[in-house]
Amino acid sequence: MTKKQKKILARIIASAALLLLATIVKDGVFSFALFVSSYLLIGYDILIKAGKNIMSMSLLDENFLMAIATVCAFIIKEYPEASAIMLFYQIGELFQSIALGKSRKSIKELMDICPDTATVIRDGKETEVSPDEVAIGETIIIRPGEKIPLDAVVTEGFTSVDTAALTGESMPQDISVNDRIVSGTVNLSGVIKAEVKSEFSDSTVSKILELVESSTEKKSKSENFITRFAHFYTPIVVVLALLLAVVPPLLLGDSFSSSVYTAIVFLVVSCPCALVISVPLSFFGGIGAASKKGILIKGSVYLEKMSSVKNIIFDKTGTLTEGKFSVTEVHSENYSQEEMLRLASLAEAMSIHPIALSIIAYTKTEPDESRVKNLEEISGMGISASVDGRNVLVGNEKLMQRQGITYSAPNMPGTTVHVAIDSIYAGYITVSDKIKSTSKQAVKMLEDMGIGDTIMLTGDNKKTADAIGRELSISKVYSQLLPQDKVKVTEEIIEKQEKGSVTAFCGDGINDAPVLARADIGISMGAMGSDAAIEASDIVLMDDDLRKIAKAIKISKKTMRIVKQNISFSLIVKIGVLLLGALKIANIWLAVFSDVGVMVIAVLNSMRCLKD
Amino acid sequence: MKKTFKIKNLDCAHCALKIEEGIKAIPNVETASVSLLAEKITIVADEASFPEILAQAGKIVKKIEPECEVNFK
Repeated sequence: MTKKQKKILARIIASAALLLLATIVKDGVFSFALFVSSYLLIGYDILIKAGKNIMSMSLLDENFLMAIATVCAFIIKEYPEASAIMLFYQIGELFQSIALGKSRKSIKELMDICPDTATVIRDGKETEVSPDEVAIGETIIIRPGEKIPLDAVVTEGFTSVDTAALTGESMPQDISVNDRIVSGTVNLSGVIKAEVKSEFSDSTVSKILELVESSTEKKSKSENFITRFAHFYTPIVVVLALLLAVVPPLLLGDSFSSSVYTAIVFLVVSCPCALVISVPLSFFGGIGAASKKGILIKGSVYLEKMSSVKNIIFDKTGTLTEGKFSVTEVHSENYSQEEMLRLASLAEAMSIHPIALSIIAYTKTEPDESRVKNLEEISGMGISASVDGRNVLVGNEKLMQRQGITYSAPNMPGTTVHVAIDSIYAGYITVSDKIKSTSKQAVKMLEDMGIGDTIMLTGDNKKTADAIGRELSISKVYSQLLPQDKVKVTEEIIEKQEKGSVTAFCGDGINDAPVLARADIGISMGAMGSDAAIEASDIVLMDDDLRKIAKAIKISKKTMRIVKQNISFSLIVKIGVLLLGALKIANIWLAVFSDVGVMVIAVLNSMRCLKD
Repeated sequence: MKKTFKIKNLDCAHCALKIEEGIKAIPNVETASVSLLAEKITIVADEASFPEILAQAGKIVKKIEPECEVNFK
């Protein structure tokens, strides 16, 4: 407990003791003095605040309401009630404060990924400094068990790294020279030296902390609803209280003390505390639970929207697939396979096209300029070159057609590169992208949750796209799309969807920023080390495991369930007490208990959001 | 221009709402938000009007919750 909390707790105990004593002592004046001291002890700060509010004409705040209710209770000689209203109000506030502290603490623990120090090598000596004092290009040393302080590239040593704090993934990653290491992860086994690649303020860990901390700025519809509701609810109940106090005695001749009593019941339940505190607390808990799983949600509004996702659109390359091409089939005719591959890969060796790179990687060819002459790139088709004095053509079907060479059709889906040597067809090489090992399961999980459509967008040819779509059981496949078509298709899907449903787009954030922005929710992945991914989207998956999408939807649904429970529970109890109060069935004690009780229950319920 | 400030000892939900609305109502403030959970006040406004806004925001915080401490640098 903080100092402030201890102080209020002491006041609560003392005031409760005085109240108890006052009810035991039957002596009129003495007892009254005890009631007054109990009341003032627990309520003086509220009375002072209410007094200040009257001066500044901002009347309808909870301090003013509590002050009015208790002063009225004194006037109609309900002394124990006056004290009790203040007492329970303060107990509620104390409870709220403790609950907040708990939530804040568990979020802080969750976010305890921030390194305190970095060991940097300066003038040949190891110096321990704060991470924000390390400059780009300096060399840091990280020992086993230490947090990696800054984003860097390993220059010496090998180790394994625990990324669980960022990704929720417990499998350690093996790291050796030239691999990137990410701030916030933990070095497990070996001593490594690494060259710093970004300043601390731009590092992954700073970005994540910033993102989670500012996530409450983008408020959800539910939170805005509560704010609006509070604006109307309190004045309405206060006006009703006023009417109930004045009208029945004037019209029906009821006694003032009985009508004022009813009005007090109204004033006590006029504060929407339970909702005002529990709803934001639920969202913060949900966002916290998601971060623990390596899912960063940029605002409560996205957590809320995620619960009504109907369509999920995936980009293919790099999202459902690994984005790394590899040779899957080699077919040769008229020449030996060895000769065909050798000449084709030498011709391709100067290219940086991903397909060329995968062929070069497959044949392990070193570029050799002395053997390749007259290299010519034929845009949209391929290349022609003279390799070891032979005329080599490497390219797609269009290139073969243009040269009048008959070619064979490949058996496997993928991108096919045909080869001709000295104008004679030599065969083809099929290159394809591997599907990520988790993609199939991710799509199945979404299907099992009852998501409407899973959709795949790709620039690839129809045959390849359909084959991957079938393999993953994707419900709709759009192929041969240009980058701008992806935005158009996404817009069409959003236009066609039912009102209230949500379309999410999931991509790697590298070249699909326009689509990420256009979708109702943009989900990017592979945030560890890619700024683009963090900037462009609403929800960020720390690694590239698509199963996290289903997890995020689950957390979002649970959060929304709890929010709805709290809203409906609080409203039902409050309206119930108001009705019973108006019918003179509910007394002040019931009102006080229901007000504080509902708040306590709602807060406890909302704290479940933190757990998964 | 968006600036964020730490606020300490803020532990009631209505106070957070009231501070937020109070700051939003200051002239030249584009938008403002108070995060009860992150203990942060975020104010978006024109750079030039910040000194005046912060002076007023400080008064609002003190009035609504005297125990709160904000470091408006």
